[in-house]
Amino acid sequence: MRPKRRRLYFVLAGMAALGIAVALVLAAFEDNLVFFSSPTDVYARDLPSDRKFRLGGLVEEQSVKKSNDGLTTTFRITDLTSAVPVAYTGILPDLFREGQGVVTEGHLGPDGVFIAESVLAKHDENYMPPEVAEALKKSGQWKGAAQ
Amino acid sequence: MIPELGHFAVILALTVALAQGILPLIGAQRGIASLTAIARPAAVMQFLLIALAFIALTAAFVSSDFSVLNVWQNSHTDKPLLYKVSGVWGNHEGSLLLWVFILALFGAAVATLGNNLPTVLRTRVIAIQGLIGVGFLLLLVFLSNPFERVFPVPAQGNGLNPLLQDPGLAFHPPFLYIGYVGFSIAFSFAVAALIEGKVDAAWARWVRPWTLASWTALTIGIAMGSWWAYYELGWGGWWFWDPVENASFMPWLLGTALLHSAIVVEKRDSLKAWTVLLAILTFSFSLLGTFIVRSGVLTSVHAFATDPERGVFILAFLVVAIGGSLALYAWRAPALKGGGIFAPVSREGALVLNNLLLVAATSTVFIGTMYPLFLDAISGEKVTVGPPFFTATFVPLMVPLLAVMAIGPMMPWKRADLAGTLSRLKIAAALTVSVALVTLYLSGVDQILAVLGMALGAWLIFGAATDIAERTKLFRISIGESFRRAQNLPRSAWGGAIAHAGLGVAILGMTGTLSWETEQLQIMRPGDRVEIAGYELEFDGVEPVTGPNYDAVRGTFRIYRNGRLVDVMRPETRRFSDPPMVTTEAAIRPRNFGDLYAVVGESNGDGGYAARIYHKPMINWLWIGALLMAAGGLVSLTDRRLRVGAPARRAATASPDLRAQQRAT
Repeated sequence: MRPKRRRLYFVLAGMAALGIAVALVLAAFEDNLVFFSSPTDVYARDLPSDRKFRLGGLVEEQSVKKSNDGLTTTFRITDLTSAVPVAYTGILPDLFREGQGVVTEGHLGPDGVFIAESVLAKHDENYMPPEVAEALKKSGQWKGAAQ
Repeated sequence: MIPELGHFAVILALTVALAQGILPLIGAQRGIASLTAIARPAAVMQFLLIALAFIALTAAFVSSDFSVLNVWQNSHTDKPLLYKVSGVWGNHEGSLLLWVFILALFGAAVATLGNNLPTVLRTRVIAIQGLIGVGFLLLLVFLSNPFERVFPVPAQGNGLNPLLQDPGLAFHPPFLYIGYVGFSIAFSFAVAALIEGKVDAAWARWVRPWTLASWTALTIGIAMGSWWAYYELGWGGWWFWDPVENASFMPWLLGTALLHSAIVVEKRDSLKAWTVLLAILTFSFSLLGTFIVRSGVLTSVHAFATDPERGVFILAFLVVAIGGSLALYAWRAPALKGGGIFAPVSREGALVLNNLLLVAATSTVFIGTMYPLFLDAISGEKVTVGPPFFTATFVPLMVPLLAVMAIGPMMPWKRADLAGTLSRLKIAAALTVSVALVTLYLSGVDQILAVLGMALGAWLIFGAATDIAERTKLFRISIGESFRRAQNLPRSAWGGAIAHAGLGVAILGMTGTLSWETEQLQIMRPGDRVEIAGYELEFDGVEPVTGPNYDAVRGTFRIYRNGRLVDVMRPETRRFSDPPMVTTEAAIRPRNFGDLYAVVGESNGDGGYAARIYHKPMINWLWIGALLMAAGGLVSLTDRRLRVGAPARRAATASPDLRAQQRAT
């Protein structure tokens, strides 16, 4: 095979590989991009109930309740403008507590309760997730205490 | 006094690096011997100066000198010595110093060991190492000074993040950096070759061992990080497709591609321009990896806005280094004439396919990692790209790669007979099919991915075994004769087979743990029992314990098998005060072809504790596989052809008949 011919094959194979990669990426983006929403966004956007997203804000004071089996916890996440009820089954992060900034990932149930599959609270008492800080700033409730 | 000495050494190192980077390049271009002669002593000098600075910073950490800002922010008198030392590189400034220390070490290694390299090539390589050093040293001197003082002197330090106080993570960054920085040698050789307009087999024989050593270190570093995440983060995950992990995974993928294409340059004098491009890209991703992890841009793109000077400098450095080398490539690469021609179905063809798939896979990881940053920077919209994205893009590209991986090494160079090669793999194929059928029988049709994973892992292992069996003519000649052939086989052949089999073992481990993991999550009171994977675990309550710099709650689980006590597990929850943090110390016991993994959580205020017990089947295979891959790299490194000094002797005597002989092997 002539070198020129070979280079052509090489380029074609490269294009094919990248084409496949791009197609895979686009197909995966369709379903797997997880957007961040503040509680206000949740009511403003009217999201479909099967779509996964991240909900972040502060754990509302006096909203944390344990179920009878001790494993399901319900609480409300607030950006101090609106609040969304959340249910989570599992062990919560060690520093999860009322008033703390938190990010949860899951989807909105038909009854308006956010079913969290995971709760991310950083292992640091003073930490404020940057998304949460921004959401609070947007709702005009940021006091600049944390971070 | 000692910190000032360190600071001064860094400044001197910058001036030496400037001289090392500029003067020898001019000398090599104009043929001025007095300027080229600067390269070697300058590289050694730069290394000595940075070593001095590194020792000074380590001394400040060990002696808890809180007048140094960096020590105050990241250390504490109560910390065990190991973590005082690892605290040196557990922060932005110190990790940059470690980076540049390894860079200077490798530069000095080329300077002192490179006697057999052509003088001009060696000079240029050392000079480019110097220029990379200039970039980092500028950052260290002007924007990220690790020796900055603080006044008044605080009495106590802030402490290192307790999650990082762990032997697995103490040595994780050095291994990663040896890997990243090792690729700088391949980069420098690539840029030097572009300036020179020449790439030959001798060039590849220098690039290969450095790439191999870096790849091995990076493999160990990534495996360590994954192992740390597994036992330290408390829920038994071992890979999260987190941007920090991806940052080290992308250079690894490209380094793997480079490793393989360098073989083609060496053996077949082909794919030269492509290999040079890969060397540039691999190191570019190493730079990108270092900076996206260490600049804070991942926590928030606005980290650049809060520290704009540093952000602008890092961006400028990346643009100059990556953009500059790529521009040089565009200009000079057409001069690199390819030699050996080959048919699509050949060993070269298989290696090209390997390269294309690895590069495509790297680009999907790149898009998944960077897209959220771009989107946030452009529109302020926050998105996360989670594991499902990577599973959907990365895995489909790996399946054909793994399928070809067992076949490629069995193909001859230049032109292969596919049917003939496949027929030599028929025993391996039969064994693979039986593994798939057994998996299918045991786990059912709904676990079709498990069947695929087990089959691919087995295919790699049996393929590697077949490769060695074929090369030693096992069972076709006497055993003694085969053994003799095995001893005479090139180490690189052994290394390749071991590494390929290692990946197979790791894939079996990943598949096993992803497919058959079991989990028990419940509130347990003392005396409660829970059953998992054929074991019964009895919760025995908790007790308080005091560690050197933390207080902990320790739970006790007794493990019973058929009513007999076989083991005791004691997971802890540790509460650190400096800085205030809580960590989960899982208890892990290798049992029943996997790990039993227990975590004790919060109290329900009523005598019960949240307990999480996992059985992680075959998880150990993952680490064993990673170790085998690294071992394969090491074995390959001992190959006679790759020894330091071999290149020049070989190049000097590389008469056409010897070349022909090499090609035949």
